[in-house]
Amino acid sequence: MLVEWPPFGFLLAGAVLALVLPGRAAAIVSIVAPVLGFVHVAVLTEGTEWTIRLLGLELVPGRVDRLSLLFGYLFHLAAFLGAVYSWHVRDRVQQVAALGYAASAVGVVFAGDMLSLFVAWELMAVTSVFLIWARRTRASIGAGLRYVLLQGLSGLVLLAGVLMRNAETGTLAVGPIGIEDGEVFAWLILAGVGIKAAFPGAHVWLTDGYPNATPTGAVWLSAFTTKVAVYVLARCYPGTELLVVVGAVMAAFPIFYAVIENDLRRVLGYSMINQIGFMVVGVGIGTELAVNGAVAHAFNDVLFKGLLFMSMGAVLHVTGRTGGASLGGLARKMPFTAACCVVGAASISAFPLFSGFVSKSMVMAAALEEHHEVVWLVLLFASAGVFHHAGIKIPYFAFFAPARVSTDHVREAPWNMRWAMGLAAFLCITFGVRPGYLYALLPFPTAFTAYDATHVLAQTQLLCFSALAFAWLRWTGLYPAEVPSTNLDVDWLWRVPGLRGWRLAGTSVERVAGKIRGGSRNALGAILRGLTRSHGPHGVLARTWPTASVMVWVAVLLSGYLLLYFARI
Amino acid sequence: MDHHLPVLVVVTALVGAPLCILVRQPRVVWGLFTAITWSIAAMAVTLLLQVLSEGPVRYALGGWPPPLGIELRVDVLGGFVLTIVSGMAAVVAPYSLRSVEQEVDAARVHQFYAVLLLALTGLLGLTATGDIFNAFVFLEISSLATYVLVSLGRDRRALVSAFRYLVMGTVGGTFFLIGIGFLYVQTGTLNMLDLAAILPQWIDTRTSAVAFAFLTVGLSLKLALFPLHLWLPGAYSYAPSVVSAFLAATATKVAAYLMLRVFFTVFGQAVAFGELPVAATLPAVGLFGALAMSLVAVFQTNLKRLLAYSSIAQIGYIVTAASLGTQAGLTAGIGHLFNHAMMKGALFLAVGCIAYRIGSVRLEEIRGLGRRMPWTAAAIFVGGASLVGMPLTAGFISKWHLVSAILAEGQWGLVALILTSSLLAVAYVWRIVGFLYLRDAPSGAAPVREAPLSMLAPTWALVLANVWFGLDTRGSLGVATQAALGLLGGQP
Repeated sequence: MLVEWPPFGFLLAGAVLALVLPGRAAAIVSIVAPVLGFVHVAVLTEGTEWTIRLLGLELVPGRVDRLSLLFGYLFHLAAFLGAVYSWHVRDRVQQVAALGYAASAVGVVFAGDMLSLFVAWELMAVTSVFLIWARRTRASIGAGLRYVLLQGLSGLVLLAGVLMRNAETGTLAVGPIGIEDGEVFAWLILAGVGIKAAFPGAHVWLTDGYPNATPTGAVWLSAFTTKVAVYVLARCYPGTELLVVVGAVMAAFPIFYAVIENDLRRVLGYSMINQIGFMVVGVGIGTELAVNGAVAHAFNDVLFKGLLFMSMGAVLHVTGRTGGASLGGLARKMPFTAACCVVGAASISAFPLFSGFVSKSMVMAAALEEHHEVVWLVLLFASAGVFHHAGIKIPYFAFFAPARVSTDHVREAPWNMRWAMGLAAFLCITFGVRPGYLYALLPFPTAFTAYDATHVLAQTQLLCFSALAFAWLRWTGLYPAEVPSTNLDVDWLWRVPGLRGWRLAGTSVERVAGKIRGGSRNALGAILRGLTRSHGPHGVLARTWPTASVMVWVAVLLSGYLLLYFARI
Repeated sequence: MDHHLPVLVVVTALVGAPLCILVRQPRVVWGLFTAITWSIAAMAVTLLLQVLSEGPVRYALGGWPPPLGIELRVDVLGGFVLTIVSGMAAVVAPYSLRSVEQEVDAARVHQFYAVLLLALTGLLGLTATGDIFNAFVFLEISSLATYVLVSLGRDRRALVSAFRYLVMGTVGGTFFLIGIGFLYVQTGTLNMLDLAAILPQWIDTRTSAVAFAFLTVGLSLKLALFPLHLWLPGAYSYAPSVVSAFLAATATKVAAYLMLRVFFTVFGQAVAFGELPVAATLPAVGLFGALAMSLVAVFQTNLKRLLAYSSIAQIGYIVTAASLGTQAGLTAGIGHLFNHAMMKGALFLAVGCIAYRIGSVRLEEIRGLGRRMPWTAAAIFVGGASLVGMPLTAGFISKWHLVSAILAEGQWGLVALILTSSLLAVAYVWRIVGFLYLRDAPSGAAPVREAPLSMLAPTWALVLANVWFGLDTRGSLGVATQAALGLLGGQP
């Protein structure tokens, strides 16, 4: 029996229920809603549409095709894993925010018009920020505020683009836009999406926000926001040359930050930007193989990046720390978590037989096919780098390095976290061994085989040399030491000089306003002073100056209008 | 009976005022006030429906035909504004029982309600009348009553604010009167429709231009249009909560209504936007004000004051939209008139709930209230979302139409100003939300209970209205479209 509501209905209903039900029931709802939603998506047929009339427009809050179906499966799967992982959480804010966030992400990928898409887009921003704020530390409140401001900016720019597009072309449809014709709206929409996709320069909300989220919140956050942006890019901007360059930069630059960063969850944030770089390159190339690769990589990234965030969340949950300098030696105490982390690390590094390999090689192959040799080399470098920081650094410093801090009180993660991690690890291996399951879901039919001699050999060689480099650098002491430090990213620009400038602007505006008031007081003051002195024993003048300044404004406006009007006559 | 509705709406409120003084018993006076406001609201809605189906209603007072006698004339816009004003009064009535008991001296409660009814009389009369001098009289009735209402606040600064409001408001009223005088000298009539018929042939005279300038400046003062807004923050901050909510939702809206009347009915669109450079000046002034006031709101530490500055910014939006002079712009402006009444009403009522329980509305004092007063805090959250223009709320509808109307004129600079200003709105609303939900309660704070149901129910009625009119816009924008058509001289 097909339920007559759009695919986000179950998750949204779950969020509403979680708002009113007591704690344990809310946790059960969090698990049941994604399952029902998944079944619902499974019975949907391509071409189904839901339409409503609003604002005099024909809106399509739900439209089903292959691309949205794939993301529909993925997001429900991610929501289910996230719900199991956060089973122990008894914080209503997080429970409601997480479900609402998942529902709005599903809303975006099934939206059939730009306005519905925008609505879901904004809801994602306001729900997800609570997953950061819910940590309730000073740092997380600040980070959440910066996060929501950038997300809000993304929504505004998107809305401006959508409105302009509607005004100029009269269409709200979600479809290819492209920037080739140089229209302003196409650039605006791209900018709005780009902020959410963590394009270089706009990426700081991610590396700032995610490490400050709650242990469970980061798992949810890693699944949705950026993947939704990749979805919109694949939908609206396939084959845009510019994206190839942007993606290559995204794949390369975070490597340097990730290597020197100490907070392991921030390392994951940087490696996330690096992985999105691969997807953006795929979308930019735009051939069937490339878009397939980009989408497949988004699918796998949700699983393995979620798995890595889960393992780091488990470490944070148990030890209260995520700094590489203050961890280590946890493998003996948390063997299961360590094993899952290694699976995730192997997947993100694209080891053959793990999920990252089967999708990353599609993007790389497409880059070669379309003769983007330089980009291919950059991606190769990025693959080596990601193995360095995500594949080796994270498991090594968290679990296998000599312990810097006593691990006597550490115990294995709670059962629900282990289940979620185990399931995600299982999926990572399943899709790695049997890529056919994933390929069958892709938007274009594909005959791609990941497991041919060149791919496997090239990737294995790369990984071997990368591991060798890590070992050599460690051994010779050249590897950047794990020290708690602050690494400057572009957000420094507005967090320090920007904020100072803002404050300075604020005070100087006040000062100028004060001067103007003072001036007006002097001008009209003489007459008024006499009057008010005689009327008020307490020197009423001190409190009447605003009245005087209003009179000045009245005079200014009146004479201004008169001049203007007389000029016309 | 139906025939007399235009005058009944006004007179019922007027007669109620002396009754309140005679009765004196606070609870009975409150009952009387509630009964009167509810019946006026019912009449206003009936009148609006009647106007929508049958066209403008004209009513000659005392049987003297215009232009000799004073005429009441209610068209779609008038009916719409009457509904907003009387509806807000009806919503505030149940709320006022507990709030006024706490914030106004028991000995003055009956006077408070009497003056509130007088203010209501002024606002309603001003909207219903078709005579411009009559409009001035009603404007002054409502203004005088408002000065008294502001001065009744418990805070001693209320007296100073009321005095400043009195001085500035009187200047505004005087300018308006001077403008009317010039018009009368030029045309010899005070009836708005009559003026509209005669004025075009004299429009090239300096007298008309001076009249228009005086009317614009006088109304800008009453409207609290930046930079003539200085009376508003004090008046809204220190008045009793009921008064803040009622005024914020109605008083400036009615002034905006009067401005539309003067621009579109009396001078006519062709004159106001063709001969005189209104369209060239007012949108820029309005939006610059919106930006500046939003910026000021971000730095406020007093919740009521913050909302007051945000109100000035929103007035900037309304004036900007309306003074585009296009049908889309007018629709957006009138629609925002309604939507802004909903959101500011809801927010001020919710803030009143906080004032009722903890006796302060400073941001520092509301830390962590999200847990202790969940319903009030949630009301502020939703109301704030609407103020920001979050989708699925009335505010979004407003912003959508405003931006569309300006886009249609190709004014990119103005769009950028609006978007910047609404980013600032995000900043100040999230600041409130942050204090409510993310800060811990000050240590040693006394336990706080949720506000009483009689105050929560009206607040939430308005909050839900924000959501309702964010989804179903027939009642708000549908009517606003017709009102705009009527002003531009099309069918009603």
